[in-house]
Amino acid sequence: MIALDGAGKRFAPTQKEGGTEALRDLSFTVKAGEFVSLLGPSGCGKSTALRLVAGLLQPDSGTVAYPGGKPEIGFVFQEPTLMPWADALTNARLPLDLKRALRSQTEAQAVAALARVGLKGFEHAYPRELSGGMKMRVSIARALAAKPKLLLLDEPFAALDEITRDALGDDLLRLWREDGLTVLFVTHSVSESSYLSQRVLVMTPRPGRVSADITLAAGRDTRLSSSTIEAQRRISHELNRAMAA
Amino acid sequence: MRRILDISLPLLVALAVLGAWEWAVTHWQVPVYVLPAPSAIAKAFAENFSSLTQALASTLTVTLEAFVAATVLGIATAIAFSQSRLLERTLYPYAVILQVTPVVAIAPLILIWVGFERINLALTIIATIVAFFPILAGATLGLKSADFNLIDLSRLYGASRLQTLWRIRLPTALPYLLSGMKTAGGLALIGAVVAEFVAGSGTATGLAWRIVESGNRLEIATLFAALALLALTGILIFVALSLLEWWLLHRWHESAIDSGAQS
Repeated sequence: MIALDGAGKRFAPTQKEGGTEALRDLSFTVKAGEFVSLLGPSGCGKSTALRLVAGLLQPDSGTVAYPGGKPEIGFVFQEPTLMPWADALTNARLPLDLKRALRSQTEAQAVAALARVGLKGFEHAYPRELSGGMKMRVSIARALAAKPKLLLLDEPFAALDEITRDALGDDLLRLWREDGLTVLFVTHSVSESSYLSQRVLVMTPRPGRVSADITLAAGRDTRLSSSTIEAQRRISHELNRAMAA
Repeated sequence: MRRILDISLPLLVALAVLGAWEWAVTHWQVPVYVLPAPSAIAKAFAENFSSLTQALASTLTVTLEAFVAATVLGIATAIAFSQSRLLERTLYPYAVILQVTPVVAIAPLILIWVGFERINLALTIIATIVAFFPILAGATLGLKSADFNLIDLSRLYGASRLQTLWRIRLPTALPYLLSGMKTAGGLALIGAVVAEFVAGSGTATGLAWRIVESGNRLEIATLFAALALLALTGILIFVALSLLEWWLLHRWHESAIDSGAQS
């Protein structure tokens, strides 16, 4: 579904300096239906990579391709990024409104999307009336409302407490299974990636590139099952190597 | 309870000041052409009621027209700036020049250009110039303050510039714009009064002219009555705009939540 080949990105090049090189020679592929984590230290260019995939940024070198055609994309940011002047329903409806879908249709779709993330009955609540976790749920509902094939998440749970984070992680897994989504999940949490994803791409510090592509074994049914713990050890090991390189 | 205190405390101060004023004027027998007692001012107001309210209507018309014109022009200019960085860089300095040049200095020119036979138009233009800048500055800042991620999101879903403007930039700008409008409301009144002063007697018919005329005739009580009307008008404009701000923002913006109208 996604194929990055030798993608490089540099920010704010000036005449004096070359700017900051965020990514160098970044290559990876994601197949349809996969749940892939992009794991790396802060500032390694994970978010930049995600923006390249979304088409919000263009690579300076290399290519970003969608072998099966560009899919409908849902994007979830690190912050909920809601419109504070609009209620949950209007926020969830935004993608559909921007696509000029019919009002009767958008309403039902947005209500359904909110219900799927457990926010039935909160359609008319304003963001300031919602907790951090609920705001993030609205943000996920908004990403789902347009029925995307590809869901991109940029450290969506980083600002949440652990209990909320775990609950949202389980919800995300459920949504992925129900919809047959393809998920690319940017995170700096080893435990999160070990439990949620099928594959983990480990990135080096800036300029970021993929240093390890780990396919995780099945049977990670809970966060504490032995295969999840084993996966954590493998990922940590690769992360340490990436940091030392 | 806080609401009651907010209103009753300033009112109490006003009553105390008026009482002391009345007492001092009577006690020291201050001549009425120096400082009239509040009772004398009230009497002058009653005697000149119809001419004063006519003058008020004239000044108020100029003020409101200028305020509406400044709001429309300010928002339109800010939107144009938000769509073209080049346009903003080219024209913003001139907006600043317009703001920093004392309006009293350009008022005579405008009066001559527009002509004394269209005095109200000239007054409105002068007051508009005075009220324009805070609206432009507020709206420009507000339109720029939109969340980058929300803008990215709208790009992701293929939004047109108009959609991004309408759905994201304008709502973001609303609190900044309203703050600018609150400043501009007072400035429009000041602009109207200054313009009337410059226009001089015989042409203008507003409250400022009544103040000049009463001063010349040493009708100080009438002068005070006109002054009180002006102050009251300014307060009413501020209260009206504060209510508008509360009504538009209280559901979502921090500045308006739980505090009610600050007036």
